[in-house]
Amino acid sequence: MPGQHLAPSVARSVKVLVVGAFGVGKTTLIGSVSEIEPLRTEEQITTAAVGVDPGLPEKQTTTVALDFGRLTISQEIALYMFGTPGQRRFWDLWAGLADGAVGALVMVDTRSIEASFEVLDQLELRTKMPFAVVINQFPDSPQYPVERIRAALDLLPTTPIVRCDARNRTSSAQALIQLVEHALTFPAFQKAPA
Amino acid sequence: MSQGDEYRDHPVRSYVLTSGRAHPTRNTLRPETLLVAVDGRPAPTTATRQQRDLVRLCRGTLALAEVAAYLALPVSLVAVLVSDLVDSGHLTIRSNHQAHVLPGRDILEKVLDGLRNI
Repeated sequence: MPGQHLAPSVARSVKVLVVGAFGVGKTTLIGSVSEIEPLRTEEQITTAAVGVDPGLPEKQTTTVALDFGRLTISQEIALYMFGTPGQRRFWDLWAGLADGAVGALVMVDTRSIEASFEVLDQLELRTKMPFAVVINQFPDSPQYPVERIRAALDLLPTTPIVRCDARNRTSSAQALIQLVEHALTFPAFQKAPA
Repeated sequence: MSQGDEYRDHPVRSYVLTSGRAHPTRNTLRPETLLVAVDGRPAPTTATRQQRDLVRLCRGTLALAEVAAYLALPVSLVAVLVSDLVDSGHLTIRSNHQAHVLPGRDILEKVLDGLRNI
């Protein structure tokens, strides 16, 4: 455990989110890039119970697991990748994580593309965060042309769509590169360093 | 990964560890905030076991989320403990950027360079 410390020269951390439906390969992608075994932490969130008497604001506390990894990217900078379920009921958790993030990789499984709708809706409605869509290729995934996927997910022409094998380090890094390049076109990142 | 792995209920009595507080004394702590113990200062004698473990873990630089994972405690709870230890001079926030501020272009360019070297 103590061997996992960052080099003393690292004084800056940068964060990206990896979001997507359950089982889409978030932790696989994080693990393929991470220099440490992906770690898991838990966060408690309060979710308003749905369908109860509105006069009784019953709330439920649930625990959501977050898997994350780390990559020392230069002498001074460490990149953290946080995997989080993107569904609406986890929004409280997500909102805290989204603060300060460079952007999000949205992982999509073409065998169940509709599972990504809610995640994309949440991203577009609630944040201005740059995101790139990552098509995690499973052996039995149908091979749709990128433009069909763009249409099916109703994505902007500028949103990157990257095919990826989340188990492969170079392939996963390529998805991160596309995200960061895309983020650099956003006004929020045009500012001179503070 | 099964759904059960990511989503479950469990009864952590967090308020016991934080003397009933739900929020840290500072709001600049994020999961990726880098922390390091102040050289040679052991945890205060009044520290709880969690605080002592926390200071020990931070003999080298780690992010808040890493500390939380190693302590097996929720990030929000560790933020409260960390905040107190920063206030008492036992821990330092290594990555001292402001909350709600995005990394600058120069930082992102360096991230890109690093990723391209993979």
